Amino acid sequence: MSQFVIPNRIFDPAAECMPCADRAGLQATHLRRTVEQAQKIPFYRRKFAEKNISPDSIRTVADLQRLPLTTKQDLREYYPFGFFAVPQAQLARIHASSGTTGKPTFVGYTQNDLKLWANLCARFLVAGGLTSDQLVQVSFGYGLFTGGFGLHGGIERVGAAVLPASSGNTQRQILLLRDAGINTLICTPSYALNLAETIQAMGIRRGELALRFAHFGGEPWTEEMRRTIEEELGIHAFNNYGLSEIIGPGVAGECAARTGMHIQEDHFLVECLNPETLEPVADGEEGELVITSLTKEACPIIRYRTRDLARLYRDSCPCGRTTMRMSWVKGRSDDMMIIRGVNVFPTQIEEALLKVDGTAPHFMIELTRPGNLDEAVVKVEMRQQEFSDKMEEMHRLRDRIGREITAITGLHFNVELVAPNTLERFTGKAKRVNDLRNLKP
Amino acid sequence: MPIKQLSLFVENRPGSLSAVCKVLKEHNFNIRTLSLADTQQFGILRLLIKEYEGAKQALESAGFIVKVTDVLALTVPDYPGGLADILAILDKHNLSVEYMYAFTFGREDRAVIVFRFEDPEHAIAELRDEPIEMVRSEELFS
Repeated sequence: MSQFVIPNRIFDPAAECMPCADRAGLQATHLRRTVEQAQKIPFYRRKFAEKNISPDSIRTVADLQRLPLTTKQDLREYYPFGFFAVPQAQLARIHASSGTTGKPTFVGYTQNDLKLWANLCARFLVAGGLTSDQLVQVSFGYGLFTGGFGLHGGIERVGAAVLPASSGNTQRQILLLRDAGINTLICTPSYALNLAETIQAMGIRRGELALRFAHFGGEPWTEEMRRTIEEELGIHAFNNYGLSEIIGPGVAGECAARTGMHIQEDHFLVECLNPETLEPVADGEEGELVITSLTKEACPIIRYRTRDLARLYRDSCPCGRTTMRMSWVKGRSDDMMIIRGVNVFPTQIEEALLKVDGTAPHFMIELTRPGNLDEAVVKVEMRQQEFSDKMEEMHRLRDRIGREITAITGLHFNVELVAPNTLERFTGKAKRVNDLRNLKP
Repeated sequence: MPIKQLSLFVENRPGSLSAVCKVLKEHNFNIRTLSLADTQQFGILRLLIKEYEGAKQALESAGFIVKVTDVLALTVPDYPGGLADILAILDKHNLSVEYMYAFTFGREDRAVIVFRFEDPEHAIAELRDEPIEMVRSEELFS
């Protein structure tokens, strides 16, 4: 049997199979330029000055260690465009990630950034079987979310035909899949499971579909989910990784050998650090991914703490690419949840509860995936001041909590009022999330 | 003339009602009557207890959320149309009922219905000259 799941193809062999020594030189040059570009951002200008860093002081990739870290909180503090390094006239596109306080985090792209982004997506799409003669359905939302437009650009770059179905209306999605003779599907893995189930329910036989490949991202999933999806849809499913703060999808993606996701190292420096000590962990050990962009213009980003936990592998891959690979994302080094593809922090729930009544009661979030879609429940302990002997007022309280949560997170949570002192208490850091979705790879 | 009612928050799961009753038993409080409004997930238990202050304290010490609410106990003649007549009077005075529950005690020819009005004092004033008998606390708990 072949060591490859599908034919081994490489979109940009010169870049993807570059000798490691050559790439290190390129990375150093690009890192220097990125520091130069980042100096246009007040946050970095100040940080660099504090640490006595100038572009000239960047000689090798090892100099990365001296650069400051960037957190989501930093990005948030400079809302809306404080992390943009180019004047508005040079912007070509703005996307946004879901924010933790109702406000999104904006990311800007120049024309060059968009070209780069399309190339990066093209790389992992080709690695996962996309050819120019295929029809591709993108069932990611087209909007501020980077998934839809990002993949769209990559598909066009490959020269395949794209069907921008966007998200929602599952029956119609399936109709399109079947009647258009779609070969490749792009969506979240949980939505793929949903599609598979609905296809069965609609009585559509596998033979009626021309579907062969899928590229999934945007939320955590597992090897077990991959097996299920591949069996049920009779396809090859590939994993890719990215986040809007860095560029969107395109940071890393699987090849035909499926030995991990190849990191696009000529455009991103990826470190794996112990989230407590911030020291690098050994290759193959789990740590937090910290990413630096090397070629971005509008939003260069230095050592961004992704909070995603994964492992890095540097051993060679049979596909011929020389790039480092990353494992499935195993979890988070903070308490962020990804619910139906939306990023949610427990602090957002707390904020919603504060809006209902000056002080936040004890609460616990419970996540399940009864079918293929995430269900979120927030259990809120009743308190004397909110309790009423009238049922109508209790319902009003519950509905109001639900509305405030939706206003902040954009998601529906089932609100359960529970008796006082029934939720677990914590002496140290509160554990607010009980994730029963079984997503650990 | 209002009666003091205790309202408790209870979860809709096995054992939560018996936990309340256990506390009352331990402290030797007698429940005159009760009503439970429930949803799939939680309920509101309403209790009439003579020594409501002591009972509230005992329940709160046991971790329950308890509220004291003023309700009115009206006697209703125990024959067809008895309640309809009473409600017609309430309608006439534009008194809307938040909730109500019935029980019987004492004489056999009448029932008592506990009414929760938004403003019990206002309801008392409105009903003063009507042919409605209000049961006083002392009588109810005698």
